[in-house]
Amino acid sequence: MTSSMHNAASGEAASTHSWVPHPVKVVLGVVTTLAITFLGLLVVTFFIGRVVPIDPVLAVVGDHASASAYEKAKIELGLHLPLWQQFLIYVKNVAVGDFGESVLTANPVIEDIKRVFPATLELATMGTIFGVLLGVPMGVVAAVHKGRWPDQLVRVLGLLGYSVPVFWLGLVGLLLFYAKLDWVAGPGRLDIAYEYLVDPVTGMLLIDSLIAGEIDVFLNALSHIALPAIILGYFSLAYISRMTRSFMLEQLSQEYIITARVKGLSETRIIWRHALGNVMVPLVTVIALSYASLLEGSVLTEIVFAWPGLGQYITNSLLQADMNAVLGGTVVVGAVFISLNLLSDILYRLLDPRAK
Amino acid sequence: MSDISSPSSTGVKAWLTSENPESHLQASCGRAYYAWLDFAANRLALLGLIIVGLLVAVAAFAPLLATASPVAPDLTQRLLPPSAEYWFGTDELGRDIYSRIVYGTRLTLYVVVLVAVIAAPVGLLVGTSAGYFGGWVDKVLMRITDIFLAFPRLILALAFVAALGPGIENAIFAIAITSWPPYARIARAETLTIRKADYIAAIRLQGASSWRVIWGHVVPLCTSSIIVRVTLDMAGIILTAAGLGFLGLGAQPPLPEWGAMISSGRKFLLDQWWLASIPGIAIFVVSLGFNLLGDGLRDVLDPKSGD
Repeated sequence: MTSSMHNAASGEAASTHSWVPHPVKVVLGVVTTLAITFLGLLVVTFFIGRVVPIDPVLAVVGDHASASAYEKAKIELGLHLPLWQQFLIYVKNVAVGDFGESVLTANPVIEDIKRVFPATLELATMGTIFGVLLGVPMGVVAAVHKGRWPDQLVRVLGLLGYSVPVFWLGLVGLLLFYAKLDWVAGPGRLDIAYEYLVDPVTGMLLIDSLIAGEIDVFLNALSHIALPAIILGYFSLAYISRMTRSFMLEQLSQEYIITARVKGLSETRIIWRHALGNVMVPLVTVIALSYASLLEGSVLTEIVFAWPGLGQYITNSLLQADMNAVLGGTVVVGAVFISLNLLSDILYRLLDPRAK
Repeated sequence: MSDISSPSSTGVKAWLTSENPESHLQASCGRAYYAWLDFAANRLALLGLIIVGLLVAVAAFAPLLATASPVAPDLTQRLLPPSAEYWFGTDELGRDIYSRIVYGTRLTLYVVVLVAVIAAPVGLLVGTSAGYFGGWVDKVLMRITDIFLAFPRLILALAFVAALGPGIENAIFAIAITSWPPYARIARAETLTIRKADYIAAIRLQGASSWRVIWGHVVPLCTSSIIVRVTLDMAGIILTAAGLGFLGLGAQPPLPEWGAMISSGRKFLLDQWWLASIPGIAIFVVSLGFNLLGDGLRDVLDPKSGD
């Protein structure tokens, strides 16, 4: 972590000298921010894990341990050291992917996370695809018809998305489309009949089943993921369509649009080629941000749909007071979230020549 | 004379819209009146205000409005569908869902008010100090703000609740600690635009201390943007608190918290739909109210940020 501090110093120095090429400077600056933000995350999780909670020694030895057993466990856990040394050890462990062992599953936490993370990734990815495929065209149409009914419709859909509890929408969705109409499969990732038919390669069932050539399994998995992905994706749809609308409104008022109209270009071409083309850069950053928030937001969706992902893992561990697993999961989600946030920042600055 | 003792509506209106206000009070009342006209022209915002007003009223008069105890079980009346006696039906312990919803408004209001009261002043203080002092104070404070802004909020709140133990106070603390950074950002941006103003220089020349300048002359100017942002955030706060309640980490039974009610009604979803559906509708209506109100306030108080 000291090396990142040096990076910080050299990054500062670099910004005062003009000989460093611009993209390198951007990446350096972002890497520094990434390192500092991540260190901040570790400070918080360390604080939560070591300072606030129930005595971590008691969690290991139990309530009725003798004083000597307690002392021994305390030294084994490194808890007799000063706090700052404990923190350094913690940072070192996290850096090599060691989050300790889960009390609940008796596996190393990192193994558990590797097992459950692909399910969350699959869900969030499908949700984002849904949100982008519908949200971008809806935003464009709303901007073109500003103030008329398509615009109002998008506005209302957005408002509903910001106001409805995701877990409730999931339950109502299950009630309607699974129990009553039987259009989609129920909770979980696969029907029991299809389980263990494909070997995990990526851990994402949709991809694994295609690799194995098992179309039945693919279709079953698709039927299971459809409802949770659409419900999760609805929130990214609400956000993406709103942002697309406001970006498009800004572009459509520009002079080059008038020029294009004067040239006699078709309205379709002006809107979908010229204006949307210029909206792409900020839109990419918005999509990255919404992807990050879906990864996090999948916690509640996973609980409702019994989806065996990271969110469910964290929540189950939490209810069992399994702090290693909770904090390990928090660090992983935090790291992905922070990286995506900053990735969107880099993309924006690299792609948009005006944002210097 | 009669005009003063019982002012007709035109008299009041003339007083409010007077071009030459005679007192500070009259001028501010007039300003508020014009802001209100702007606001009231937006029917959706008015609807939001009505919903939020109803929420406050229901919370205040809960004992009068409720038809039964929100917590006392009556096992002879389990899982009854909505009827004239039980407007929203009864739950698995025979409690009247309508009365639970009515008392639940108190918990919802408790959460949003406390989070706002904790998070907004912290953000305001951090942001105005960073903006006013500049230099290394600004760098350090904003770096901390950015760190908190980059965190996944729900997961972090989960981790905090895991450490502190489930409960509504801990849930409030966890939400507050993850929601102050946007206020700090806004307050800093506002402060940067006013710190160089002549009147700030004049106050400093009079010998006012930095804290006096910040507290008396910078903070009041940032407040309207913060209020708009807080109102817009209320829906998110309600949804997060309900989510924590749904996971069993927020308010504990037998408290009538809406998220926890959905969670316990989940088991009966297929046959007794009202257990889980009705609290969800309550959460939705209240969040929608705050969203509409926030949008309306933004258009009136902070027109530049609207689209």
